[in-house]
Amino acid sequence: MSGVLASMIDGVLVGAVYGLAAMGLSLIWGVMDVINLTHGAMIALGMFCMYLLFAATHINAYVLLLPTIGFGLVIGIVVYWMAVHWVVGRSMLMSLLSTFAVNMMVIGIGTAIWSTSPYNVNFVLPGITLGAYTFTGNHIAAAISAVVIALALQFFLYRTRTGKAIRAVADNRDAAELMGISSTAVLSIAFAIGIALACTSGALVSTLFPFTILSGAVYQLKSFVVTILAGLGKPFGALVAGVLLGLLEGVITPFIAVSWIPLIEFGLFVVVLVAFPQGIFGKRATA
Amino acid sequence: MSNLLEVRGVSKRFGGLVAVSDVSFSIAEGEILGLIGPNGAGKTTLFNVVNGVYKADQGTITFAGKDITRCSPDQVVHLGLARTHQIVKPLNDLTVLDNVTVGACFGREYLDMAAARKVASEVLQQVGLGDRVDMVARSLTIAAKKRLEVARALAAKPKLLLLDEVLAGLNPTEVTTMIELVRKIRDSGIAVLMIEHLMQAIMSLSDRIVVLNLGCKLAEGRPDEVVHNPAVVECYLGFPDAVHKLTLAGKLSWRK
Amino acid sequence: MILRRPFFWIILLVAAGFIYAPLHSNNVSLREDLILIAIAIILASNLNLMIGYTGYVNFGHIVFYGLGGYVGLYLTTVRGWNLVLSALVAGVVVSFCAFLFGLAILRLRGAYFALATIGILQAVQAFVSNFDPWGRSTGMYLSFESYRPLGGARHALWITYYLIVAVMALSMIVSLTIKNSKFGLGLFAIREDEDAAVVLGVNATIYKAIIYSVSAFLPAVAGALMFFKNGMIDPSIAFEYMLSLEGIVMLMLGGQGSVIGAALGGALYEKLRSYLLTSPVLSNFHLVIAGALLLLVVLFAPGGLIGWLYRLMPRARKVLE
Repeated sequence: MSGVLASMIDGVLVGAVYGLAAMGLSLIWGVMDVINLTHGAMIALGMFCMYLLFAATHINAYVLLLPTIGFGLVIGIVVYWMAVHWVVGRSMLMSLLSTFAVNMMVIGIGTAIWSTSPYNVNFVLPGITLGAYTFTGNHIAAAISAVVIALALQFFLYRTRTGKAIRAVADNRDAAELMGISSTAVLSIAFAIGIALACTSGALVSTLFPFTILSGAVYQLKSFVVTILAGLGKPFGALVAGVLLGLLEGVITPFIAVSWIPLIEFGLFVVVLVAFPQGIFGKRATA
Repeated sequence: MSNLLEVRGVSKRFGGLVAVSDVSFSIAEGEILGLIGPNGAGKTTLFNVVNGVYKADQGTITFAGKDITRCSPDQVVHLGLARTHQIVKPLNDLTVLDNVTVGACFGREYLDMAAARKVASEVLQQVGLGDRVDMVARSLTIAAKKRLEVARALAAKPKLLLLDEVLAGLNPTEVTTMIELVRKIRDSGIAVLMIEHLMQAIMSLSDRIVVLNLGCKLAEGRPDEVVHNPAVVECYLGFPDAVHKLTLAGKLSWRK
Repeated sequence: MILRRPFFWIILLVAAGFIYAPLHSNNVSLREDLILIAIAIILASNLNLMIGYTGYVNFGHIVFYGLGGYVGLYLTTVRGWNLVLSALVAGVVVSFCAFLFGLAILRLRGAYFALATIGILQAVQAFVSNFDPWGRSTGMYLSFESYRPLGGARHALWITYYLIVAVMALSMIVSLTIKNSKFGLGLFAIREDEDAAVVLGVNATIYKAIIYSVSAFLPAVAGALMFFKNGMIDPSIAFEYMLSLEGIVMLMLGGQGSVIGAALGGALYEKLRSYLLTSPVLSNFHLVIAGALLLLVVLFAPGGLIGWLYRLMPRARKVLE
């Protein structure tokens, strides 16, 4: 097995987590046309949530994903009522700023509590060895978790009443209200799910790499790249696009110094924004 | 009289939907041409193609002797072709005066601020908004917003004015006032192409009418000709006897 | 003409005050306070051109400041150029870069544009961190030699201060001039409804490109001056994302779209920031407080301080802008 191939496979695994993170962003963006600038902070919160849960209980980290999801949902509802509810439907600038303000507050509080030192979740699964290369168990488990959660989300959106309501509101809020759907309830649930997805992806990342309160920002940018690539309102497309991004990283890292990666990603980001307004898979929101 | 606007064989497609198909017509200087047709006939799309918001897939558009098929909307205004929108687009946080000043600044004469302000005041007087010049556009009534839309287009000193359902949403008194305004505009030498659904208005104002249906031109001619055209009546007015009955009842009149 | 607007004279008065106050008492610490305020006003005023006038949210505005700092420091330290020339050239170079960036991203609307500006900021930072002639992630240091042509370090600091105050005054004057010009009216039209503006004859593509470049020029000059004064630069302090966002907070706080709003917001926020950063208890919460402030402004007073003032005293509009 060549080094590049191993790197690519690893990239695909991590990419699934990118995709999961992006799903949260894409869902919120697609449903309520709000660009959630708290996304990075929520990812970071998820990292710390897992850290605290694990430090307290030492239970299998992947089992701890469940309370993390619950935590994310609760935080999502709080943030929705604090900042988002009042700016849905107002100008894009307002929703960018209000979510950004919450981001600043969360990072500020987080820095005060945890400073900027690196943290770690010391839960390691045995890996799989193929020839000269070992794929860490955590990477594999993270990818599997991401896919499972993504499938659960698809099921929720397409097979449950609430999920259908969410898709209805995403399609046409006024019409949905006329059908008797309480759009506020739906928006708050959709937002909460989006945040929960962000937190969960953060929790998964915490099992893969060391992290600080500021680590969320990197994943936020990746989420934006993935979301734009995939187009909006197609969460599963986000998962696929995330895997593609991971694959791209896997292809590049053996050849280029790590310090160039951010430049490449951000360059890609701008290029994708300019060249693919529709995304590869889906519709574009009226930004 | 040479033709001010020549539209020849224009087609516009959106993916699989053909919105406008091989439409041709022309407008002479100082003429009022009415554009009618059922909803979805492609009238507003045609407007958008003429003024450069959409690019025609096929066909050419010539205005005052120049080929404007590939021109962008801002270029077209500088040549003297202005338009209003079906759903008004006021510049909400600017005052009424500022709104119209934009029209004068960036229109055909490309005036400087001071001259543009003067033109704007005059135009606002003409349309009857002279008492509201300092109001913020957002706070106007819908009828006033429609007049603002027209004023902005007039301030650009156009030779041809495209009016998109300028009467929609107005009450009968407001309709009468607006019809008078359109007449005044034409009398001042500006040609008008107007999309309207209000039959009485279109009949009484238009010199000629073009009928669109499903993207194609169905008929063209004087109002009385068009209205008696069976194909038009079928697609648009409903049942064949409508015209006859309405004329007898004195509900329809048109210029001879 | 600009000279007839009362606010123009207010700007000159304020600039004179900035120069006179610390000079008169030879108060270096006051000068240091004021220089930070001046920088804040410069950043906020130029950001206002994009956000307040044109309606395009630039989250990565600081990139111009940082790049200007790099170009300026490179020219003065490595090339030995004169400070004023270096600063001006930095301004021109960065404006030109802005023009190029603009070509790429100004076709994007709303949030897509905002995200693209973040992308540009991070990309430039990443590039500079890898760029050898500019010291990669270590950055560059100014040798004391460079202060000699200006009469030594102490004197140089004063001169740099005057220049920055001049740039501050210029920023506000540029804002004022544009606001009352036809160009400014075109920008406002773009802000209100870009499609309607184009239909009215505004060449939005060119106007946006111009204002984006213009909004880069003075911050770049200020960056060149400021980093010369500080004597060093590296990617993390040149392209601090936080500063970019604080610029937006300043603008929203003071009242976006108005010249004095940007200035007031800059000044007040800078004062708040200094206070928070030096307070033992609150320094950890600087970000939280800034965030809370932004949230409150967005939710309850989107017009900022000036918006509130204009509602209280509509006649203030005649003098202030």
